[in-house]
Amino acid sequence: MKKFPLSLHLDTDAFLPASDKEKEYMVQMRPSTTFFKDGVRRLLKNKVATVSFFIIVFITLSCIILPVVWPYEYDDQLGISLGKPVDPSYANLAPFEYGATEQAKIDAGEKVFPHIFGTDSAGRDYFIRVVYGTRISLAVGFFASLIVLVIGMTVGSISGYCGGKVDIVIMRIVDVIYSLPDMLMVILLAAALKQSGLNEAIKGTVLEDIGSNIISLFIVFGLLYWVSMSRLIRGQILSLREQEYVLAARTSGAKGSRIIKKHLMPNCIGVVIVSTALQIPSAIFTESYLSFLGLGVNAPMPSLGSLASDALNGISSYSYRLIIPAIVISLIVLSLNLFGDGLRDAFDPKLNS
Amino acid sequence: MNSKTMGYILKRILLAVVTIWVVITVTFFVMHAVPGGPFASEKALDPAVEAALMEKFGLDKPVGEQYITYLKDIVTEFDFGPSLKKDGRMVIDIIGDGLKTSAVLGVWAAVIALIFGVVLGSVAALRRNKLIDRVIMVMTTAFVSMPSFIMGSLLLILFCMTLNLLPANGTTAAGLVLPIITLSLSPMSNITRLTRSSMLDVLGQDYIRTARAKGVSKTKIVFGHALKNALIPVITYFGPMLAYIVTGSLVVEQIFAVPGIGRAFVNSITNRDYPLIMGTTIVLAILIVVMNLISDILYKVVDPRINLE
Repeated sequence: MKKFPLSLHLDTDAFLPASDKEKEYMVQMRPSTTFFKDGVRRLLKNKVATVSFFIIVFITLSCIILPVVWPYEYDDQLGISLGKPVDPSYANLAPFEYGATEQAKIDAGEKVFPHIFGTDSAGRDYFIRVVYGTRISLAVGFFASLIVLVIGMTVGSISGYCGGKVDIVIMRIVDVIYSLPDMLMVILLAAALKQSGLNEAIKGTVLEDIGSNIISLFIVFGLLYWVSMSRLIRGQILSLREQEYVLAARTSGAKGSRIIKKHLMPNCIGVVIVSTALQIPSAIFTESYLSFLGLGVNAPMPSLGSLASDALNGISSYSYRLIIPAIVISLIVLSLNLFGDGLRDAFDPKLNS
Repeated sequence: MNSKTMGYILKRILLAVVTIWVVITVTFFVMHAVPGGPFASEKALDPAVEAALMEKFGLDKPVGEQYITYLKDIVTEFDFGPSLKKDGRMVIDIIGDGLKTSAVLGVWAAVIALIFGVVLGSVAALRRNKLIDRVIMVMTTAFVSMPSFIMGSLLLILFCMTLNLLPANGTTAAGLVLPIITLSLSPMSNITRLTRSSMLDVLGQDYIRTARAKGVSKTKIVFGHALKNALIPVITYFGPMLAYIVTGSLVVEQIFAVPGIGRAFVNSITNRDYPLIMGTTIVLAILIVVMNLISDILYKVVDPRINLE
């Protein structure tokens, strides 16, 4: 149809119903993916990270389930029973050996659960001590990172949102804490808190079970380690606020809540998840280090560091007692690190560019 | 050096001074929060030590005044008072004795970490994705994931107990070999990874392609062009490396019975020799802060392209 250039005649062809072929263009080939799904897909492609993830899950589940089903307790001194003299045959058993009364039971045809890793110098089943130690180390790593996340996120977002004088003051404090030699300060605080009245203060509360040293460890983490997290989050908020797509969203009439939900959160959350995940192995590192120096968990509760430290006394005859916690701790830290790296690659797509 | 660089350096020095002041203050007040305070002992003190402490810090005076005295003595004479447990020896002398041994340990560990780290990192970068690169990367990943006390203990089992090659006691020169290796493995791994990634970055630059197009030999490209620029980021690692070696030496000296400052520190914690704990913390902290300062400034001075903020 010939159209007169100045007429307002519409092209009627454009209003014909779409043909089947044209409709095909509009069909969604696959469901639209969310940021989270996309990240998980990328993560699963990374074999190293997936294997590490399953190792972590396996270790975590074992720490939760095994203490329930295991016939021994971490503080059971097997040689000691009420009203009888101490049976020295239970101390320092080699793997799969039995104490005198257990041997008698086996000879009588009864079944006795084996001591897979033997027993320690006080006659405690070593396997269950390693399991409990792993549990403590993982729990400390997890909760310490949570503390760091909460404090860092609060301070960082306050600093980022408020800006101005508040921001300057907070960031100067962060600068100073950041340049403190953290490990020395941790040791100092842990040593001081160990001697302070913390033990009496928590007597009779739930906190007593955890032990004053672990609590002082959490305090130390809360005081010192939040700075890099808060710096990170402040930087994220500052840079994201100025992004073009935020401006574009605002121009097209999006409300503040929608911008935060759809644009700021997904872009921020990846970085936050990754650095929290990478915080866990470093917290486990710190805990085992302090336990090794005798500033960690309260005896008789074991942690991987204190097990290694105790094993150092009998290192020439019972070196496997050091090697076992050493392998466990290295495995945990290694897989958490590799998984964290995988997470970063998967959830921080901007990094690829 | 332009005024912007000077401004940056001044700012960094100011921050370092403030940090050291914070360390001293925190150390003093944290230790004063301990029941009885740092200069009191559960047992009756040696009268000479008590008299010296009395005179030095005025123990009957309020805490604020004691703090001023403590701070003044550190700044003017680098004096931390007498030790509580070691028969009236001065804290600074104990630290000085320990530092002599620990410095040997630390410097050797740093030098070995630097040499091997740079070599391994360059090899890995030049043979990217080949077998040797994979081996180096797996090895360094494993070393980074191993706490220093585990590494030290495993080396002790292997070399002193199974193979019987080296003495387990760190008082002789041969006995220092294992502690040095233990301390150097983790920084070496970090330097390897740092060198590898910065070397890969540099090898992709235009000036390398230009050099290759001019017909410059491969050795000359690697040593003359690439390595020189690839090593700049390694400078930033000097500070953290020293911090790692210092904290690592606390446990490594314990494991191998090296009579250094780390062992004195750990023993002072178990003995509750508070003036020694405070003195050692402050001296080591100053060491780390100063090293961080130097490596930061060096980094900016060496590479003028780097953004100063």
